[in-house]
Amino acid sequence: MNKNTEWQTIIGLEIHAQLATKSKIFSGSSTKYGAAPNTQANAVDLGLPGVLPVINEQAIFMAVKFGLAIGAEIPKKSIFARKNYFYPDLPKGYQISQFELPIVSNGQIEIDIDENNKKIIRITRAHLEEDAGKSNHDDFLNNTGVDLNRAGNPLLEIVSEPDMNNAKEAVNYLKKIHSLVQYLKICDGNMQEGSFRCDANVSIRPIDKEELGIRAEIKNLNSFKFIEAAINYEVDRQIELIESGKKVVQETRLYDPNKNETRSMRSKEEANDYRYFPDPDLLPILITDETKKKIKEEIPELPDIKRKRYISELDLSKYDSNNLTINPDIANYFEETFRITKEAKMCANWIMGDLSASLNKNNINLKDSPVSAKMLGEMINLIKNNTISGKIAKVVFEAMWNGDGNAKEIIENKNLQQVTDSKEIEKIVTETITENKPQVEQYKNSSDEKKQKLIGFFVGKVMKKSKGKANPSQVNELLRKKLDN
Amino acid sequence: MHQSTLAELSSALESKKISSEELIRGYIERCKKHNVSLNCFITITEDEAIKKAKIADKNRARGNHTLLTGVPVAQKDIFCTNGVKTTCGSKMLSNFIAPYDATLVKKMNENGFVMLGKTNMDEFAMGSSNETSFFGPAKNPWNNDNVPGGSSGGSASAVAARLCPAATGTDTGGSIRQPASFCGITGLKPTYGRVSRYGMIAFASSLDQGGPMAQTAEDVALIMNVIAGYDGNDSTSANNKIEDYTKNLNDSIKGLKIGLPQQYFDKNLNNDVANLVENGIKELEKLGAKFIDVDLPHTELSIPAYYVVAPAECSSNLSRYDGIRFGHRCNEPKDLKDLYCRSRQEGFGKEVKRRIMIGTYVLSAGYYDAYYLKAQKVRQIIRNDFKEVFDKVDLLAGPTTTGTAFRLNEKLNDPISMYLSDIYTVSANLAGLPAISIPSGFINELPVGMQLIGNHFQESLIINVAHQYQKATDWHKKIPKKYE
Repeated sequence: MNKNTEWQTIIGLEIHAQLATKSKIFSGSSTKYGAAPNTQANAVDLGLPGVLPVINEQAIFMAVKFGLAIGAEIPKKSIFARKNYFYPDLPKGYQISQFELPIVSNGQIEIDIDENNKKIIRITRAHLEEDAGKSNHDDFLNNTGVDLNRAGNPLLEIVSEPDMNNAKEAVNYLKKIHSLVQYLKICDGNMQEGSFRCDANVSIRPIDKEELGIRAEIKNLNSFKFIEAAINYEVDRQIELIESGKKVVQETRLYDPNKNETRSMRSKEEANDYRYFPDPDLLPILITDETKKKIKEEIPELPDIKRKRYISELDLSKYDSNNLTINPDIANYFEETFRITKEAKMCANWIMGDLSASLNKNNINLKDSPVSAKMLGEMINLIKNNTISGKIAKVVFEAMWNGDGNAKEIIENKNLQQVTDSKEIEKIVTETITENKPQVEQYKNSSDEKKQKLIGFFVGKVMKKSKGKANPSQVNELLRKKLDN
Repeated sequence: MHQSTLAELSSALESKKISSEELIRGYIERCKKHNVSLNCFITITEDEAIKKAKIADKNRARGNHTLLTGVPVAQKDIFCTNGVKTTCGSKMLSNFIAPYDATLVKKMNENGFVMLGKTNMDEFAMGSSNETSFFGPAKNPWNNDNVPGGSSGGSASAVAARLCPAATGTDTGGSIRQPASFCGITGLKPTYGRVSRYGMIAFASSLDQGGPMAQTAEDVALIMNVIAGYDGNDSTSANNKIEDYTKNLNDSIKGLKIGLPQQYFDKNLNNDVANLVENGIKELEKLGAKFIDVDLPHTELSIPAYYVVAPAECSSNLSRYDGIRFGHRCNEPKDLKDLYCRSRQEGFGKEVKRRIMIGTYVLSAGYYDAYYLKAQKVRQIIRNDFKEVFDKVDLLAGPTTTGTAFRLNEKLNDPISMYLSDIYTVSANLAGLPAISIPSGFINELPVGMQLIGNHFQESLIINVAHQYQKATDWHKKIPKKYE
């Protein structure tokens, strides 16, 4: 290969979404995150002799819901299979998964690749499986600890076709699925806790060739940032290898975020023969048309439709509607404030502005925001009816954030009502003009353009004098009247 | 008292002829005395049994009891018993104390059964002679030089020697019926899914089924009334109505159509056994049953299909014995691989390892279609054979085994010949059908069993026929002299 070859990147993703069931997929243990090691592992999770799995129906419903949301086929019958391999955190020596006949197959989802272009990413299949436990190699000198709390947590493995051609597309696809599973309420989407993680299959090929290159599988990527970095690193590595006359080998690689590199975990030769076969302990999953219909009715308005509606019905920009539909929490929050205020743009600005900034600064989830949608909506209504100015609203918002009460209480307690009494405003305006004689002179001798700037100066002075309470449009009007005379 | 059936013991307790404590103490003494030579118990739970017997007596005095409160029973050591060692006949689990009760055990406890102990068995139920047990073979009470059969050999031996009136067994390819036949007792393998598998240590999940081993068909019915039924913990357990298995015991069998599968009277069948089974058939004819010859044309494929499916499932089921969380762990492992290899190498016996290897092989990439998938197809064909036959007849009759109990060590080093001794029993497992073995005579003082196979969930019918047969004969009443 010469250095002038143009390379095309081919990416397929396997996403593991932990389904938001209360109990595990095959046992009654809790799936709650963060408990003391092995306190959420019962006889079934431990794989004790004699125990048997019993399917959690919620997990099935959630998988079907996902399938319906991506327009996939939900076969009448799907089956569980055993994937056999030995590892200390895999109690039974096999993972219950699905191999032939997964619960969801042949779906698709549309992603944005830039401002104007979209692309269909095909989803080959999504199947149910149980999670393994966790091995801890660090905390025990010369020993490994095994925590089986996670063992048996329900996972939906979502496998895409190799339809993505760069890291950005992969991230967009991932974000799309991330948003979707949260809308469907089938996954909490928490990447730090590992509820949403992915493996990326990456290969390259000369842009004019059909045949796919040898792929590397990058394991366990759990943030959008890492995924993008890992894919970019991997693509560079593969190009470098091939261009220096070497070969890419089929292997599993692990991304190290500290060093920003991927390194080999195991090669294909060391790969397991998983000896899949139908699990004789579990009956086939049978899905009737009625069940499908019932589940379909439970699917809420999905982000794509929501986004289009925000643009067409609420007159929001594409940018705003994208941001307000990223996840159901923000969309619900927006819709609640909109319901109260009927002011889409103002709501959008406050949510994406002051609210987002405060959440980010304090590292708080929208769900836990001290300012509820109702509180924000009521405050926006007070701006609307001129009780406060937009500027004072920032002060009110901060006070609400700090727990000083709702907008009304804060405005009353801090005496922040906007001054709309024209006599009072006139008094302040007159005072301001008297106190700034030189600027008044300057104004009178200025061009219209300059006048505009100087008005700003006077407005500022008046607002300061009124402690921000004067109604700015009234101030503007009065100033012009007085100065232009 | 030890010669009594469960039904008789139940009456004796009811009429206060004896207390449960006296009864249990008597049986425990017999168990301790004869286990030395028979080796049919791995664990005798003396203290616990006497404690339970006292509670049973109190409950009976209070009127808070079932028909069977206070009667003794032995559990095959494949059933998990809370707080009691559950070894599955293996070194791997020689120190394993189960932290929970199998559903079958729980039901029996709740119904007042008093467990005397845990019976010997082939390691992980893999064997037809009880010789693969880590704890040494149980012996046949009719001749201590002969095997009791397997894998539920300990249970069969204990019931035959009247160390307990009844016991439980499990049957994956004949493991209840073959030892019942070899030891001259009555053993029922219920329909797959009729008795919960929860807590029954898995050998081959799609074939395993627990069931009763007793002196009479009537006792089998009494136990079935306790252990049968749906279990939310076992997805494969059947969620349909359970009958009162004692209700039809005395129904006339006049006019019943019984099929004789020609393939069960083939060249493998010992002539003397054939004669005895024919005598049994004549008895049933006298009672009004009608016999017709039927075909199960794919019978000879059952053994090869079974020895693909069962090892495949066992190779996966036994992966959990890895030395990590419970069971045997090798000393000072070098690393993880060494821990796995040596723990399993030391913990499992030869036959178990052989089957794990066969199973691993048949599931491997490239061999799956040729072996596992093909075996599953054969299984379907065998099911269909039965389905067709049951359109014509009400049940089937034939021999349980090709011959009588063989000598210890006779077949131990000839696994194929050992496997072939299951030829008349495995088909019922592959098809999931209920089947019972009942004593039908003796050859050289060794018992012979006759097998009745019913359609799915037709336990009542085959128990009824067995009971009628036992009312007309007394083979089931014979007790080996030493143990009278």
